Amino acid sequence: MEKTQNNKAWFLVLPVLVLVAFSAVIPLMTVVNYSVQDTFGNNEFFWEGVGWFEEMITSDRLHDALGRQLMFSAIILAIEIPLGIFIALNMPKKGFWASFCLVLMSLPLLIPFNVVGTIWQIFGRVDIGLLGHTLAALGIDYNYTNDPFDAWATVIVMDVWHWTSLVALLAYAGLQSIPEAYYQAAKIDQAGRLAVFRYIELPKMQGVLLIAILLRFMDSFMIYTEPFVVTGGGPGNTTTFLSIDLVKMAIGQFDLGPAAAFSLMYFLVILLISWVFYTVMTNLDKRDGV
Amino acid sequence: MAEITLSKLAHSYVQNPSGDADFALKTMDHVWQDGGAYALLGSSGCGKTTLLNIISGLVRPSHGRVLFGGRDVTDAPTAERNIAQVFQFPVVYDTMTLRENLAFPLRNRGKDAAYIAARVQHIARMIGMEDRLDHKARGLTADAKQKISLGRGMVREDVNAILFDEPLTVIDPHMKWELRTQLKSLHREFGHTMIYVTHDQTEALTFADKVVVMSEGRVVQLGTPQELFDAPAHAFVGYFIGSPGMNFLDAKIDGNKAFIKGETVALGAHYAPLNGHTQIGIRPEFAKLSDKNGLPFNIKRIEDVGRHRIVRGEVLGVPLNMIAQEGDDISQTQNRVVFEADKIGVYADDWRVAGAAL
Repeated sequence: MEKTQNNKAWFLVLPVLVLVAFSAVIPLMTVVNYSVQDTFGNNEFFWEGVGWFEEMITSDRLHDALGRQLMFSAIILAIEIPLGIFIALNMPKKGFWASFCLVLMSLPLLIPFNVVGTIWQIFGRVDIGLLGHTLAALGIDYNYTNDPFDAWATVIVMDVWHWTSLVALLAYAGLQSIPEAYYQAAKIDQAGRLAVFRYIELPKMQGVLLIAILLRFMDSFMIYTEPFVVTGGGPGNTTTFLSIDLVKMAIGQFDLGPAAAFSLMYFLVILLISWVFYTVMTNLDKRDGV
Repeated sequence: MAEITLSKLAHSYVQNPSGDADFALKTMDHVWQDGGAYALLGSSGCGKTTLLNIISGLVRPSHGRVLFGGRDVTDAPTAERNIAQVFQFPVVYDTMTLRENLAFPLRNRGKDAAYIAARVQHIARMIGMEDRLDHKARGLTADAKQKISLGRGMVREDVNAILFDEPLTVIDPHMKWELRTQLKSLHREFGHTMIYVTHDQTEALTFADKVVVMSEGRVVQLGTPQELFDAPAHAFVGYFIGSPGMNFLDAKIDGNKAFIKGETVALGAHYAPLNGHTQIGIRPEFAKLSDKNGLPFNIKRIEDVGRHRIVRGEVLGVPLNMIAQEGDDISQTQNRVVFEADKIGVYADDWRVAGAAL
């Protein structure tokens, strides 16, 4: 049967389109504007074409920041995902302690980013911070302000502390949705603990875990506030991640052209990677259908 | 394979049970014979699943012992008991292929590959899924998944018993019939002890050689379908088995006569004086309309269900159903009902009383 096409329905979307245009598209156009022009002030602009893009794409500074960024995301995903699953597996399933754990776990998620940064900035200080002072007292040479390894360790531990709960809570929700009969059947089939995890728990958690990975990847790839507060990108440039570098370039040096080109590419990279995740996710569900 | 004995078994989910009401299962002694096909029948919440889980070891009974062929397994974990169980909702391992699913219980027990392959092939043929063995289990329909669950239960040859916990609940009616028939033929072929929990009397009566009827945590009767129909040991069995269920009328019993509000009904046996709340029970199948004999019957409604008609009405203010066979006359002058004397049961406080032959 031929369906009547009625394109007038598009008009109903128009108000949203206008709203989004003002809130997102038009401001973004400013960035596009800057990325293809140069200025020496006085509101005089010169056409630059793709010059800034070429400069940025070949810049060592950007390559280094991207490398650090990928390394950071990879490390925190490699820690937070298994750790979150492990915590979820060991959380009580019901009763008072289940609620207690849930509340406890969500506390770090409720703390504003710059407060998290400040907490760790002070916590890690050798003179007054509990962590820094204790480590120093134990004879460990720890100083996040001038040792790159210590700075990385602090930033990573901080992110793990801040965000593992999210992974754990998602995994916990996935585990809670597994009917008791699966575990009973596994007992009857004499499956070991490992097999239960591999064949029952992991497949049932697949959906929520992919969401957890996607969220943690995007957030960690765009991380700014916490490392900025703790290390300010230092020592040297060792913890200067993409967004820290971007802000330095745009607001520190006022190199608006390169910064605009940089942020557009940054945006496209995140969009691309999220799209890959999304495609993988939806295909995983379909793949095995008979 | 072994006989399963429940000795003084009782279970309570409460820490320190005080009264009868605290027990999900009341004290029972029961033997499941090796190779029997049993159905465990009762309404929802009567303790059927608890009993099943006690046998499979998923629940440890709070009182009494469970013995497999003389060996006390009360404290043995599920794995040691070598039991197969099929659950109400199909359990398949989504990421495995059908072949891996069926092989899983055998692989976990370390059987050799050639044996596993042969067994899996055999079971797959039985459940009619040979051609799909290399598909993933994810995405199968509910009844195909349940077939896989059944297959996984069946794949071990040496199981002590196969327990079914309302396995056909999620299955379409026409598939139900097919699967039930398959189960029946599997039982004939392998002779495993099978215990089949259900609240559906048709399922119970068609599947099992022996039916165990439970009510409120108590086994009220164990018998063949015929025995349950002819001589329900408890009023609950009378109500529960049969469609419609047995009719019960309050009556005073004296010898071989029952008195109901001044009317007299002849009984098929002689009864000693009874205490408590006495009733007579009669199956709708054994009541007949009449125009001059029997008790006054006030017909309210007649339902034609095809093979026969169900006549619903009242006798002396008490509801009574009867079944009129094809060809039986129903007319306006037939406003009395007669009971077949030797099909009438006598009940004191809900339990059937045996009478002496006349």
